[in-house]
Amino acid sequence: MKRPQYLSATEVVTRTNGSGAAAILSAAIGSFALAILALVGDKSAAVKSSLIFYKPTGPLSGVTTTAILIWLVLWVVLEMRWSKRSVALGPISIASFVLLGLSFLLTFPPIVDIF
Amino acid sequence: MEITARSFWTLIHGVGFGAVYLLACSGALVELYRFTTSPAPSEPSAGTQRFLTVYLIAMVVLAWVAVLTGAYIIYPWYRAPLPPGTTSLGMFPQRLLMSSPKTIGWHSFGMEWKEHVAWFAPISITMVAFVFMRYGHDLKHHRRLRAAVLSFAVASFVAAGIAGFLGALINKYAPVQGGQTIQLRAEELK
Repeated sequence: MKRPQYLSATEVVTRTNGSGAAAILSAAIGSFALAILALVGDKSAAVKSSLIFYKPTGPLSGVTTTAILIWLVLWVVLEMRWSKRSVALGPISIASFVLLGLSFLLTFPPIVDIF
Repeated sequence: MEITARSFWTLIHGVGFGAVYLLACSGALVELYRFTTSPAPSEPSAGTQRFLTVYLIAMVVLAWVAVLTGAYIIYPWYRAPLPPGTTSLGMFPQRLLMSSPKTIGWHSFGMEWKEHVAWFAPISITMVAFVFMRYGHDLKHHRRLRAAVLSFAVASFVAAGIAGFLGALINKYAPVQGGQTIQLRAEELK
């Protein structure tokens, strides 16, 4: 098996930031999707029952499985599009932080109860 | 000295995976910060990078195993439906918590938050590990990328901390129990 090659201090080459940006944004959107699915599942009986992928675990199985699929598919798509180029990381970082913050808030029960 | 199979699994989930993950988080945060900001004269070696890569992969595995055992092994026992005619709620933690206004909050607030927020931990740390493996020491040259990686590592720690804290308290008020009894040590009454 081929061993992974690490760059030494003198060999460091600055890579494009696209791959990192794809990973960050997709993780944030995946987390946000989980929060939204949990919220919608909590408010709608029809959505709740459609999210029961595994009965003993209930709607949590569908919420998490769907969110993970959204995250991974988006990650692959963004990685394919951005891996070889540099992107505007500032707005992407801000959007990712906002989405992650909203994800925490939208899973917090007192906030969920507002809707 | 004995323990039930369900209590044992809860212990494995909470202490074996969750608590170890939380402990690992503090080390990862310090090492990630140090590794990606170290000045040129003391740049980390390939060995250090390899060590941190393995460390982060172990964290990713721990985080995923923790949420998966929680959701697919422990949680079904926690939320098991009450068979008609059941009088003792001891084997039905969710129902036990919901049976009293003094404890219902542990379910409606505690478990409702824990069961969702916990998943941010593996998602975030998977991203952190990937970006570290892809960029390594080169993160030093990507200030915004580095800031995002460190922030998501903190978010992962916070998510796991919330889930772990609530899980420990919920299990205190309504422990998941039942199943086969595992004898840990045989002792005689004196």
